[in-house]
Amino acid sequence: MSANWNGIWAIYRFEMARALRTLWQSVATPVITTSLYFVVFGGAIGSRMQQVGGVHYGSFIVPGLIMLSLLTQSISNASIGIYFPKFIGTIYELLSAPVSSLEMVIGYVGAAATKSVVLGLIILGTATLFVPLEIAHPLAMIAFLLLTAISFSMFGFILGIWAKGFEQLTIVPALLVTPLTFLGGAFYSIDMLPQPWRTVSLFNPVVYLISGFRWSFFDKGDVSVGISLAAIGAFLVICLGIITWIFKTGWRLKS
Amino acid sequence: MNAILSVAGLGKTYDSGLTALDHVDLDINKGEIFALLGPNGAGKTTLISIICGIVTPTAGTVTVAGHDAIRDYRAARSMIGLVPQEMAADMFVTVQAAVRFSRRLFGKGPNEAHIEEVLKDLSLWDKRKSQIRELSGGMKRRVLIAKALAHEPDILFLDEPTAGVDVELRRDMWKLVHKLRDKGTTIILTTHYIEEAEEMADRVGVINKGQLLIVEEKTALMKKLGKRQMLITLQDPADAVPPGLDDWQLELADDGTKLRYVFDAQAEHTGIPSLLRKLAELGIGFKDLETSKSSLEDIFVDLVHTPKEQAA
Repeated sequence: MSANWNGIWAIYRFEMARALRTLWQSVATPVITTSLYFVVFGGAIGSRMQQVGGVHYGSFIVPGLIMLSLLTQSISNASIGIYFPKFIGTIYELLSAPVSSLEMVIGYVGAAATKSVVLGLIILGTATLFVPLEIAHPLAMIAFLLLTAISFSMFGFILGIWAKGFEQLTIVPALLVTPLTFLGGAFYSIDMLPQPWRTVSLFNPVVYLISGFRWSFFDKGDVSVGISLAAIGAFLVICLGIITWIFKTGWRLKS
Repeated sequence: MNAILSVAGLGKTYDSGLTALDHVDLDINKGEIFALLGPNGAGKTTLISIICGIVTPTAGTVTVAGHDAIRDYRAARSMIGLVPQEMAADMFVTVQAAVRFSRRLFGKGPNEAHIEEVLKDLSLWDKRKSQIRELSGGMKRRVLIAKALAHEPDILFLDEPTAGVDVELRRDMWKLVHKLRDKGTTIILTTHYIEEAEEMADRVGVINKGQLLIVEEKTALMKKLGKRQMLITLQDPADAVPPGLDDWQLELADDGTKLRYVFDAQAEHTGIPSLLRKLAELGIGFKDLETSKSSLEDIFVDLVHTPKEQAA
């Protein structure tokens, strides 16, 4: 029997519909947050700062801001998407459906990634209202956007399966992802850090994401693009491996 | 017989060490209504959950129309519809959207005519644009049934279908079950309402503590284990069974106003004429006589409290 495209479509559409029902929050929140960042960092602080690596500070923080939202939104979208059926019990239908684990992942992760990419583009659009922006490598920019959205949606999916309560669902983004992003050079170049913090930062995976993404805008980053791509690729493969294992064993899904 | 579903040597022991199912063998015939009867915690839901792919068995196999339920899960699962015992639905979607979702999830393309028919059969058509949270409890259960029927399953599982539902829904549900059976759908329901099994099922399986104690045609089961009882209302209440009636092993009932005699209706000699003669002989007057057959409930209580070897 061939792939259950209807099943994938059903999950994808269901998840997208969930976002559309709360369209106002989905769009307004990131737009307002981003605007606040621009007012504070771009306007108030940026006006007293030199350029960073030849780039106006307000423009410099755009890739980092987009990444910040992309990471947190991918994780929260995908984790809630799969956690909720577990919580309210509708998971029975997914488990009893002729849907393979890969198809389930495509449906959930695909929808979560779509939402974050749209969100990233909305933030990008908002940013152009505040600062001048040119994108040096538009295709690479889109590729980074997609890869990051997909891999972190997978991470969120794993989190959603792992979580046994709502607090666990929010604790990982709050305690891990947000700090890593702030310390990952969202608002500065890691070159600006004194040693040993510069070296320590290289152990932060988010550095590679932001650096690569920033390269696609300004043609320069903290680390080389190749390393950035490899880092995202490795993260993607790890998440994929964990998901395969989860479905093989039924961990936290089946008793 | 033509088995559409075969369960062989099925066992489930949970990590906690609890054995929910112990070597269950069961063949379900195509087009029949099968009732799985047992007390709470007997393993009914575990059995259904394994067949539907929600719980992983620790032993045995499930075959659906020749398809192994694990290796060939797509073919197996697309034939099955499940109405769960617990109310679980997305509250913010409309009835129509929920049913369409289920159909697609089970691999079928849109078919509005079928969805309309299902919704009308379940009296949900007028509510199709309502969000599920706006519906009453009974209506929500109807939605679960509609979702299970959305992909035109060959086998429908109803897990405790009438637990806590109103009379109207129960009636509608049985009407629907009959209609489905006429179309050739195989129906497996679990229940601890014995009347339900007695009224609806072609065959009954009794399960307790993870073991399938007996599987029989309902009528054969009734005949095999069906006892009748006669209640004799005495003219004068008695403190004890009057002497001289030991042969019939009578019991006092209703504060000594009645005598109960249990007999086997299939036996050559029921013992009724001789008992009545004896009563006359002893001068025991009675006002009324009443006989009734024992319900599936009595049979069930008997089975559950008797070890397997004796019951079978």
